[in-house]
Amino acid sequence: MTDVLVTALIVGAAAAVLCAVAGVFTVLRGQAFAGHALADVASSGGAAALLLGLPPLAGYVLLGLAGVGGLQALSARRTTADHDLMAGILLGAGLGITALLLYLDVTLGSASGAAMSVMFGALFALPASAVWGAGAAALVAMALAAVLYRPLLLASLDADLAAVQGVNVRLVNTLFLVLLALAVALASLTVGAILATALLTGPAAAALRLTRTPGHAMALASVFGLASVWGGVGLAYASYGWTPGHVWPVSFFTTLLVIAFYALGRR
Amino acid sequence: MFAPYLLHAWLAASFVALAAGAAGYIVVLRRASFAAHALPMAAFPGAALARLLSVAAPPLVLGFALVSALMLALARRRGRSGPATALLLAGLMALGALFLSLSGGYAGAVYALLFGQVLGAGPSAVLPAIVLGLAVPVLLLIGLRPLTLTALSEDLAAARGLSAFWMDVFALAVLALAATAALPLTGALLSFSLMTGPAAAARLLVTRPLAAFALSMALALGVTWAALALAFVTNAPVGFFVGVLCAGVYVAARAAQAAQTPSSSTMA
Repeated sequence: MTDVLVTALIVGAAAAVLCAVAGVFTVLRGQAFAGHALADVASSGGAAALLLGLPPLAGYVLLGLAGVGGLQALSARRTTADHDLMAGILLGAGLGITALLLYLDVTLGSASGAAMSVMFGALFALPASAVWGAGAAALVAMALAAVLYRPLLLASLDADLAAVQGVNVRLVNTLFLVLLALAVALASLTVGAILATALLTGPAAAALRLTRTPGHAMALASVFGLASVWGGVGLAYASYGWTPGHVWPVSFFTTLLVIAFYALGRR
Repeated sequence: MFAPYLLHAWLAASFVALAAGAAGYIVVLRRASFAAHALPMAAFPGAALARLLSVAAPPLVLGFALVSALMLALARRRGRSGPATALLLAGLMALGALFLSLSGGYAGAVYALLFGQVLGAGPSAVLPAIVLGLAVPVLLLIGLRPLTLTALSEDLAAARGLSAFWMDVFALAVLALAATAALPLTGALLSFSLMTGPAAAARLLVTRPLAAFALSMALALGVTWAALALAFVTNAPVGFFVGVLCAGVYVAARAAQAAQTPSSSTMA
């Protein structure tokens, strides 16, 4: 195996497992659109990182966290707010900035394929050093998930009960969005900012239908996610031979496999 | 800024803004943000496929958008449609990415389909924009009463013999028309901005449905014109100004509302 392939498999695995854990909560809380919005906002970080010559993951994480701040500011003091609408307004602004940065990537820099790599992923183009950043982000996020697990579950199922039990619901909700931002950052690195939403929600939604406890759902979602990402890497690698001169995108196969698992879970 | 070669861009973009502003009213009313975000993306593979096959884009774009509207309505009927919506839009975007890769992955085409290419609009873009730009507000005005009723109370609507499912199909199909009109100009990603920011701002500023409907269209038109002018002057992409101004209009409306509320409470 080549270095490129090993890097792709490791980064993809970190993204799949983290998305499984964050995804189960996302689906339970009905926040699929918030996850998607964070990925769209984070895409401007990916585009900015290309412009400044930084690792893309750093851009995705920083702007994803900025997106969390924006989401909290827009929803603040509005108990009856349409949260999807707030996410929509935020992601519109984020994508506008992405449009500008990608344009600058092409005109000022030489990253002519910037739109394709930020929005649809470029797993085979990652340097070997990306493994360390991805590993560190995954470890921080998993530690956060372990600390949050019980209070977050309680706050997700019954916010009033959680508050009575002494859980700071607002803090827990914010920390969950931080976890979500880290998960979509890794997913954006793997399948691109637009398709990150598939890796986040698909395996988790399928696993939740097939299991009875959140813990089991996370384990099964990890298996689905890993199979989708590694299967996608394998198929894309094989596609070099199918259409000479055109590689089929990893993210295409990964998304297809995620949808297949979701369809399996619905039966 | 008003040179003859830009006339097509101004005309087409104005009618797209009217369609998006009208559609936005329904998006906000029916709390269908995620569905509205997904529909322009559902149209994206249609445009990418048209590029791969070198055929006219509008029929393929419209076909993909309408089929997706029906699938979204089916997902929404089952409740908790978030994951299904997410996967539908991801699957269609992935298909579009494949089509673009197979047609050479030409970077300019990818960018144009995602973020739009208003200033490059030719005469062929004007007619579809006018037809769809007029059809969307007219269809929504015809359906405004039942659409409002089903959004506010499904039971009340059911008592009048209105099917919530078919009203959802109707609303999403009209959104698909608006997405088809907007895709070539504002791209798959930013068409949605025009459908949310102005409408959400209008709903904060006025309460009567028809006034909010008209204000939403007016704000969308204003944002579009301002974005075109700014893009022309600064040479930065139109999509940037559309995205940022749409969010800006909403934030400004929130600020205006917040400034109003304390003074009215002291008067009471």
